[in-house]
Amino acid sequence: MSFDGALVRKDFPIFERFIDGAPIVYLDSANTSQKPRQVIDAMTSFMENSYAPINRSAYRLAGEATDAFEAARSKVARFINARSADEVVFTKNATESLNLLAYSWGRANLSSGDVVVLTHLEHHANIVPWHMLQAERGIVLRWVPLTADGQLDLTDLTALLADAKVFSFTAMSNVLGTITPVQQLCEAAHAAGAIAIVDGCQYVPHNVTDVQAWGADFLAFSSHKMCGPSGIGVLWGREQLLDAMPPFLGGGNMIADVRLDGFTTAPLPAKFEAGTPAIIETIGLGAAVDYLSNLGMANVREHEMQLGSYAIRTLTERYGNDISIHGPTDIAVRGATLSFAFAGIHPHDLSQVLDQRNVCVRAGHHCAKPLMRLLGVSATARASFYIYNDESDADALVDALASASDIFGF
Amino acid sequence: MPGLDDLYREIILDHYRSPRNRGELAPPAVRAEGHNPLCGDEIQVYLDVVDGVVNDIKITGSGCSISLSSASMMSQAVKGKKIADVKALVNRFRSMMGLDIADAETDVLSIDDDTEVAAPEVKLGDLEALQGVVKFPVRIKCATLAWITLTQAMAEVPNA
Repeated sequence: MSFDGALVRKDFPIFERFIDGAPIVYLDSANTSQKPRQVIDAMTSFMENSYAPINRSAYRLAGEATDAFEAARSKVARFINARSADEVVFTKNATESLNLLAYSWGRANLSSGDVVVLTHLEHHANIVPWHMLQAERGIVLRWVPLTADGQLDLTDLTALLADAKVFSFTAMSNVLGTITPVQQLCEAAHAAGAIAIVDGCQYVPHNVTDVQAWGADFLAFSSHKMCGPSGIGVLWGREQLLDAMPPFLGGGNMIADVRLDGFTTAPLPAKFEAGTPAIIETIGLGAAVDYLSNLGMANVREHEMQLGSYAIRTLTERYGNDISIHGPTDIAVRGATLSFAFAGIHPHDLSQVLDQRNVCVRAGHHCAKPLMRLLGVSATARASFYIYNDESDADALVDALASASDIFGF
Repeated sequence: MPGLDDLYREIILDHYRSPRNRGELAPPAVRAEGHNPLCGDEIQVYLDVVDGVVNDIKITGSGCSISLSSASMMSQAVKGKKIADVKALVNRFRSMMGLDIADAETDVLSIDDDTEVAAPEVKLGDLEALQGVVKFPVRIKCATLAWITLTQAMAEVPNA
């Protein structure tokens, strides 16, 4: 395992592209990440040499494809330290994983008056499926509030979790970058008799993930934020819980037997994988896991802590009170995802001006409108850093912001 | 890439910094609310129509320079106009934004009565400054938010 920022950047072909004669400063990885040559090649090579249906046909080519597909599952299991590859269910993305849980586990286990606890940090993907269940079943939602610096306020956690059936929370906020104390939250959930669901969409691409050390029950994340392709995501769950859940989508692959009067389900993980999956994308996710594993996730976290600290420091030194970075200031409890307000300029206008310098940031509500309302804003600008970014990208952001203040004059 | 001067014309920034007709109107004025789900911008349009004429219009909400300046200029342009003329102006603006008139029936910005579509004699005045938005397709939704909301407000007016 080794991490050399300059070498990492060379692995990503998109950075060979120039727009208007200048390189791309990609600071939108919390949205979706760029893809390394290793992932692109793995997918291309699989299509050129090994593509065939999986789990269906007896010829050698299909056997190879199935082996490659299942190898990707094993890689993912090792990456998050799952007890078994059977605990890894492939979905479309983290959103589908969370919907699967609300639909399948939720409908089997929750009825009117049952309590589901969420936090004010959540992405819509960990809110709306529960809202839908609330409308259908009359479940009760409770919310863990935030401290002034955007961390979870755990003062009343025990009371909030009293009699709860589910505690579903993010491991890292996609808006504030806040990293939550996942292990502590899982313990609190279990102490209250609730299951612990972790939305790892922002955390898993940037940190060492160990579902057993956490003591979590379920984990959802997406491939496309961790150097893999879009269209493939993961639901990890403890085998005992997945076994007890009814299936989600019905169809091919998820059955043991089908008769005119009914069906029986396949064992895990096929039970939750109806229909032909995103085969090529799964191969790509496996290659992404290999790529990140070779870098070492502890190294990735270290790189982003340094880079995040540098970005916060330089932005603050240059602009003082004109810039306000939302969320924790202590890099130990945050990732390198920086939402900020700048000089009263609307994030859309900021993003537009930054784009003139090829600086790509997200402007908007980041699919977290309840959090936006709590922050008292309709939108923020967000710069998010990843393995291929370095200090020059932070410098480019800092410099480009100056041209925004020139246009909007303050 | 087109320059930012095409987008952030001085008159746009002026309307952004000093928006006209900000505020609310009490009933019987109608109220409509528009959202841009992409970015979280929101706008409220209050419309007071008396005898088929826009007696007063007020706007509240938050948004970027393009959406707020478009709303501000729109409010100036429609105040005192007959509803029929406002509808013609909406179509004229729509046309300037490059929105296909042929798609009008499926688009919320459409005006589905006998109003003459995009009559060339309809004067856009200051609104012409928003022409540059077309070169930045992502921002067209910002520019049209107020107009969509105005259209919804007009639909709320009794006997309009």
